[in-house]
Amino acid sequence: MAEINGLGKSMKRKEDARFIQGKGNYIEDIVLPGMIWLDIVRSPYAHARIVNIDTSKAAKIPGVLGFITGKDLEKYNLHWMPTLMSDRQMVLPTDTVKYQAQEVVGVLATDRYAAADGVAAVEIDYEPLPVVVDPFKALQPGAPKVREDKDSNHIWHWEAGDREATDRAIRQAATVVKQRIYIPRIHVASIETCGCVANWDPINKHLTMYMTTQAPHAIRTVIALVAGHVGLSEENIRVISPDIGGGFGGKVPVYPGYVIAIAASVLLGKPVKWIEDRSENLQADSFARDYHMDCELAADGEGRITALRIKTIADHGYTDAAANPSKYPAGLFSICTGSYDYRTAFTEVDAAYTNKPPGGIAYRCSFRVTEAVHAIERMVDILAHERGEDPADFRLKNFIKKEQFPYKSPLGWEFDSGDYHAALQKAMDMIGYRELRKEQAEKRARGELMGIGISSFTEVVGAGPSHQFDILGIKMFDSAEVRIHPTGKAIARFGTKSQGQGHETTYAQILAQELGIPAEHIKVEEGDTDTAPYGLGTYASRSTPTAGAAAAVAARRIREKARKIAAHLLESAEEDLVWEVDRFYVKGSPSRFKTIQDIALAAYTNPPPGVEAGLEATFYYDPPNMTFPFGSYICVVDIDRGTGQVHVRRFVAVDDCGTRINPMIVEGQIHGGLTMGFAPAFMEQIQYDENGNIYGGNFMDYLLPTAVETPRWETGKTVTPSPHHPIGAKGVGESATVGAPAAFVNAVVDALWHLGVRHIDIPITPDKVWQVLKAHGAAAEE
Amino acid sequence: MIPPEFDYVAPTTLQEAIAVLEQKPDAKILAGGHSLIPLLKFRLASVNTLVDINRIDGLSYIREEGGWLKIGAMTREADLEHDPLIGQKYPLLADAARTIADPLVRNMATVGGNLAHADPANDHPAVMLAYGAVIVAAGPNGLREIPITQFFTDLFTTALAPNEILSEIRIPAHKAGNGGCYQKLERKVGDYATAAVAVQIHIGANGVCDTAGIGLTNVGPTPIKAAAAEQTLVGSKLDDAAIKRAAQLAADAAQPQSDYRGTEEYKRALVKTLTVRALRKALERARN
Repeated sequence: MAEINGLGKSMKRKEDARFIQGKGNYIEDIVLPGMIWLDIVRSPYAHARIVNIDTSKAAKIPGVLGFITGKDLEKYNLHWMPTLMSDRQMVLPTDTVKYQAQEVVGVLATDRYAAADGVAAVEIDYEPLPVVVDPFKALQPGAPKVREDKDSNHIWHWEAGDREATDRAIRQAATVVKQRIYIPRIHVASIETCGCVANWDPINKHLTMYMTTQAPHAIRTVIALVAGHVGLSEENIRVISPDIGGGFGGKVPVYPGYVIAIAASVLLGKPVKWIEDRSENLQADSFARDYHMDCELAADGEGRITALRIKTIADHGYTDAAANPSKYPAGLFSICTGSYDYRTAFTEVDAAYTNKPPGGIAYRCSFRVTEAVHAIERMVDILAHERGEDPADFRLKNFIKKEQFPYKSPLGWEFDSGDYHAALQKAMDMIGYRELRKEQAEKRARGELMGIGISSFTEVVGAGPSHQFDILGIKMFDSAEVRIHPTGKAIARFGTKSQGQGHETTYAQILAQELGIPAEHIKVEEGDTDTAPYGLGTYASRSTPTAGAAAAVAARRIREKARKIAAHLLESAEEDLVWEVDRFYVKGSPSRFKTIQDIALAAYTNPPPGVEAGLEATFYYDPPNMTFPFGSYICVVDIDRGTGQVHVRRFVAVDDCGTRINPMIVEGQIHGGLTMGFAPAFMEQIQYDENGNIYGGNFMDYLLPTAVETPRWETGKTVTPSPHHPIGAKGVGESATVGAPAAFVNAVVDALWHLGVRHIDIPITPDKVWQVLKAHGAAAEE
Repeated sequence: MIPPEFDYVAPTTLQEAIAVLEQKPDAKILAGGHSLIPLLKFRLASVNTLVDINRIDGLSYIREEGGWLKIGAMTREADLEHDPLIGQKYPLLADAARTIADPLVRNMATVGGNLAHADPANDHPAVMLAYGAVIVAAGPNGLREIPITQFFTDLFTTALAPNEILSEIRIPAHKAGNGGCYQKLERKVGDYATAAVAVQIHIGANGVCDTAGIGLTNVGPTPIKAAAAEQTLVGSKLDDAAIKRAAQLAADAAQPQSDYRGTEEYKRALVKTLTVRALRKALERARN
């Protein structure tokens, strides 16, 4: 039998042939005849009234064709647009700007150089207004109001759990630990910035929109809903998302630049290209995190966790432009009870407007799961230390047990499957945990600082079941359309959109497993709304749990039809046929068989009487539950007392994402995710001064780790399949990003606990560590 | 990230380049371009004319001659990094070359550009202060030698006249008993130093230090020569007490400002730590 490269095979990624040869097709590669360039004038102020816009000097620059302002868009009622969270966002301002780097004027020119000169020559008079950047201050009475159209800076309140029972449990607990934990504003910083080519055909009233989007179908519908009144009709909108150089949640929202480009194309009747530069991308596109969490964790006299309470202030910038499922304004933060068995929890989030860029997007974290995991994993460590218990033993004592699954969490999730003890034990064995504790004690006696940190996370991904999950009312199913060609090859199309995850390979392997067609011969397409079936796109680790499941179910439907055809060809009863790898054979006579290739040909040349020709299926998969990947990470750090530098000596990551489709791709996802967990733990942060001036708006100041800074990752696995997913897979794209930060912080605090250090907020910079050492009398005097 | 318009000339001799500078006093020299081009792209600087000196032959060399190590101004950082002579005899320079920016930048960036840009965050200025280097400037009237202590006059400002081009750097040639070290703390590869310390010493036959140079990176408006620290080392055997005394004096000489790399207090403490470590390493190297 031929090698089909089904589940569990580390076949090389099909898409890499073009990526590694520089033959990918990204937005910047798309050039259309007569294309015009859009560049954008941005606000230097975080809050200001626009007094006057003077484009006369810019208009004289050769190549500059024209300008688009908020007043121009106002004529078409396109100066504001809705966000996915039922808030609204300016496309271009008519009156005031709300954050530094906000879009103010679109400049159109024959080439990007003239456009940039035009941007520099537009003169705008501003009248500065009071700025509020601190969400706590923003929520105080009398704070400068960020939004004229709102009553206050308070956006929404959300809560989950039993407030009274939790209050009571915390009052009665033997031990309660409290900590404010800030998880700062960071940015996805994908290699490719955002951009588009909007191409309006005035004759056919047809818009082709090439854009960097993780959710092309949803975007098409949003465009139709927002701009229907000016003649954009959904059948005449084609969104094409070509190759994407990283998304991580940052390419889910609709940014003003996209809309300005569409408006410009409609006004000019020509294709218009807009590509952000790096600073625009970092300064204006959706941020992530920015949660201030007041956490309390309680335990009884035996050190069993009894209750959790978290009160969070969420800084959303000037509008709530998060991309959460509509019923979940704080995302899936209620996963914050973690991997532990206790019955009482309460959490509440209050969201605030500030004069900062909008967002609150899920940066590789499945909707606020990183924040939730960071909170619980820090608190568990603090509680263990406070009680004088080993953090590993404390976790092993408190974990939900394998036999308790499916497990109903105190905040309402039903964890599908897990074996938390096995994952942590494996990580401890891999790293030599007990020996490391001995080494730590010896070093501590000599005055050396070494720490060991654990994070045993539980994620919630794969949004999601239609009764709970929708975006603007559209249910969060996803889809697969599979067609088998006469020669036994296939094409499959999906409602998701890879941004580097390797869908062209992973989906092909699922189909190969189900259909027996070698993965090499299954072409996977995504991203074109004219050809792919409808779906909500790729983010929140949902592709495998939803579209991957759709692929398996569609394939099984095809196989059922294939059985009919095989029975016809073999002149046998359907129920006498046995499926094996790539063929049906007659029970008891393995030599009497028809391969999927034989069957595919027959589907077009010799279908059974009364059976429709062809061999294809489309399936829209509505998951019955979320999936709950988990894992245990252990990190070892050494701290330089002279400089405050933290050296990550080892990092072991044991992940359990259920069935592994392509182990190499899974490993790659974990390596990338761990690095994206390392980065905010030690380096990344976007900061603002009190006037709302951004710091961290370019790669000199927004620090991404290189290979030199990145620790060497040691990975391991346990496999606990999801009981409800057709192939038992849970999704793995975000586990490491979610789980890793707490392991680093726990390691650093573990090294310093004996000095009296209880917590350090990320990013843990050398300066910050040195200040902590100094404050506790432990900075080295060399 | 698109610079404003500028004129561009690419002379093939130093004389031609100097002639352009005489005609256009606002022109800027383009060497490796890794400081200037980003400034232009951010529109933080604008120039009417870029004088590209990459096509001038004879400005890239590393050789010992007449008691000096002579480095051509257009020598790329990557050439320094991989040069066997530098690797064997000039460890301070080798240390620094390895920490400048990243390998891609080092392929283009030049030693002369790093010095002439006079950014106190650059690494070569402190290194050359520690070595006691001499800068050679080419002008309309020929070559002029400028001691490194007189070269950096202010932030981004040097003793070069508008019609002069930095053409060569001279470092006292290695002799037995020399040892050097560059200790730099950076937040990541490619970042400027939070603070860095360059140390170059000579230990006589009697084990006593007879020359010491200490330069500090990115802790003041100009690169800083820690003169008092140097003086306290000369005549000492570089015992622990002398090293710590020098480290404190180096920290005292620093004029850091708080920023996102660290507080003033932290940077000063860092200078002390790094000075101790650099001196210990330099001593070890001097003895080998």
